[in-house]
Amino acid sequence: MLRVDEAQEPVEFSPALISKFDEIVSRYPQGKQKSGLLPILHLVQAEFGWVSAPAMDKVAEYLSILPIEVYEVATFYTMYFLRPQGKYVLEVCRTSGCCLVGAEKIMDHIEETLGVKEGEVTPDGLFSWRGVECLAACGYGPVLQIGPEYTFYENLTNESVDKLISDLKAKAKN
Amino acid sequence: MGRKLLLEHINVPGINTFDVYRSKGGYASVEKALKTMSPEAIVEEVKKSGLRGRGGAGFPTGMKWSFLAKPEGVARYLVCNGDESEPGTFKDRYLMTYIPHLLIEGMIVASFALGANTSYIYLRGEMMPQVRILERAIAEAKAKGFLGKNILGTGYDLELYVQPGGGAYICGEETALLESLEGKRGNPRIKPPFPAIAGLYGCPTVVNNVESIAAVVPIINEGGDEYAKIGIGRSTGTKLISAGGNLKKPGVYEIELGVPVEEFIYSDEYCGGIANGKRLKAVVAGGSSVPILPANLILKTINNEARLMSYESLSDGGFVSGTMLGSGGFIAYDEDACIVRNTWNFARFYHHESCGQCSPCREGTGWMEKVLHRLEYGHGKMSDMDLLVDVSKKIEGNTICPLGDAAAWPVASAIRHFRDEFEWHVTNASEATSRNYGLAHYADPLKVVETA
Repeated sequence: MLRVDEAQEPVEFSPALISKFDEIVSRYPQGKQKSGLLPILHLVQAEFGWVSAPAMDKVAEYLSILPIEVYEVATFYTMYFLRPQGKYVLEVCRTSGCCLVGAEKIMDHIEETLGVKEGEVTPDGLFSWRGVECLAACGYGPVLQIGPEYTFYENLTNESVDKLISDLKAKAKN
Repeated sequence: MGRKLLLEHINVPGINTFDVYRSKGGYASVEKALKTMSPEAIVEEVKKSGLRGRGGAGFPTGMKWSFLAKPEGVARYLVCNGDESEPGTFKDRYLMTYIPHLLIEGMIVASFALGANTSYIYLRGEMMPQVRILERAIAEAKAKGFLGKNILGTGYDLELYVQPGGGAYICGEETALLESLEGKRGNPRIKPPFPAIAGLYGCPTVVNNVESIAAVVPIINEGGDEYAKIGIGRSTGTKLISAGGNLKKPGVYEIELGVPVEEFIYSDEYCGGIANGKRLKAVVAGGSSVPILPANLILKTINNEARLMSYESLSDGGFVSGTMLGSGGFIAYDEDACIVRNTWNFARFYHHESCGQCSPCREGTGWMEKVLHRLEYGHGKMSDMDLLVDVSKKIEGNTICPLGDAAAWPVASAIRHFRDEFEWHVTNASEATSRNYGLAHYADPLKVVETA
């Protein structure tokens, strides 16, 4: 749910970001610019790591729609983070196909390795993790994805998850 | 070996690029359709082919196209449904990842047939890599004159865009998808009016699954009659089956409709049998929303005939003994798989994904999840099974969209076919709670269950 008690700094959209918004809106007929709302929220999340209330207000202003029209969309879809997350969010598929081949064990292993529960952020701000519903890769499970590019990792084992986490730590240092 | 119409060139290096795809005969259907056929003739070929919607509902594609209203001066739209989120189903992701131009080729032909000058491919938001793959392929096709203004000098204009969703299973329902494409919550619309009359932006619209649109390419290339010769009965052509779960060789297979289920599971051409030498316990044959069947009934019908991978054979006898081909999402469960835990997993999925618009679905899916959770964790009662069946009946048929039915059927069918396993969870509660990750310590997983 949307939390309005978070300390939320005002945001500014860079000209480069606005030009990406413009390109998206050009795909729809005149007057139907609201169609760009979901792709634009993805861009905002990729830029800031999450979708804050001030950012949603700015999006509403850009699309000439009411802020509530943005809030109701952002709270409906599961991909938009309404509070700050770790730099890397490990999203593990927890639906039947993946669970049959060990997804629940993988989630336990991630919790143990990162030392935080589902939805929490590690103290260094690098990681959070959560279970998500079917990622449409049931033949290659267990799987996880990491935004904002939604890089996909298949046939997970504890060892491959360990390597992934250490690679991401090294990447963050550089 | 069955014929391959969609995946024939899937292993050709570089088939995801325009030049390699073209060198293998790609975009021939666009040339044929735009230069030598009228839109009506294309619709007629699709009708002749007998192609049925590959997204799950199985509605005849040609007939759907012929319903499209054609008022003067009003835009028409083709929207491709790539919101693949049904547990068990992953064929469209595979097709778009490895052979994206096949979908684009089909989109051009279908858009021309429907008189659409702007078309959208709506993908689930999680498929960002596929969004990038398709956008790159669209740019290639446009640079070669197959998209944009005056395609191949025929005077036909088409712009094609990819639209990512925001992560909601309900957007696979066609009217919810259109709401989402208009930048709103994915709440299904009340029908009628159907999208063919009032769809995207209130204009006549056809929504087709990725695989259905890709299948238009071989239909135009070889003719509808040739396509209809493949398959069995009213299940014509080939079908992509995404096979997962406890199989030796999970993956995406293209089959000629009519292959025996037993052959699909056990032959080396397809899944190669059950992993780790285990026995087959049950199968979900068409994505999580279709009824689960125990091993004996998925291999043979109640009349003791071999069950085939076709729309008709899988559904014989309705929901008493049968299931559905659905989206082709095939999940196999071995003898250790816990049906109770799996049913709880499905119920949680549908509760999570219900849009909340209709009370029976919003409340009922949550109720079923709670009851199944307590059964799974050793707090169940013998009356819970009847309660679950009762709740599922009150959801089924009482919602705007089919998500309610999709939530009800897995629960009702699991109890119908595996009731004794649910009862075991009640009578052996302490053992049930000590189980590890859904591996059942259930005495007789392959017991033949009588059906009505």
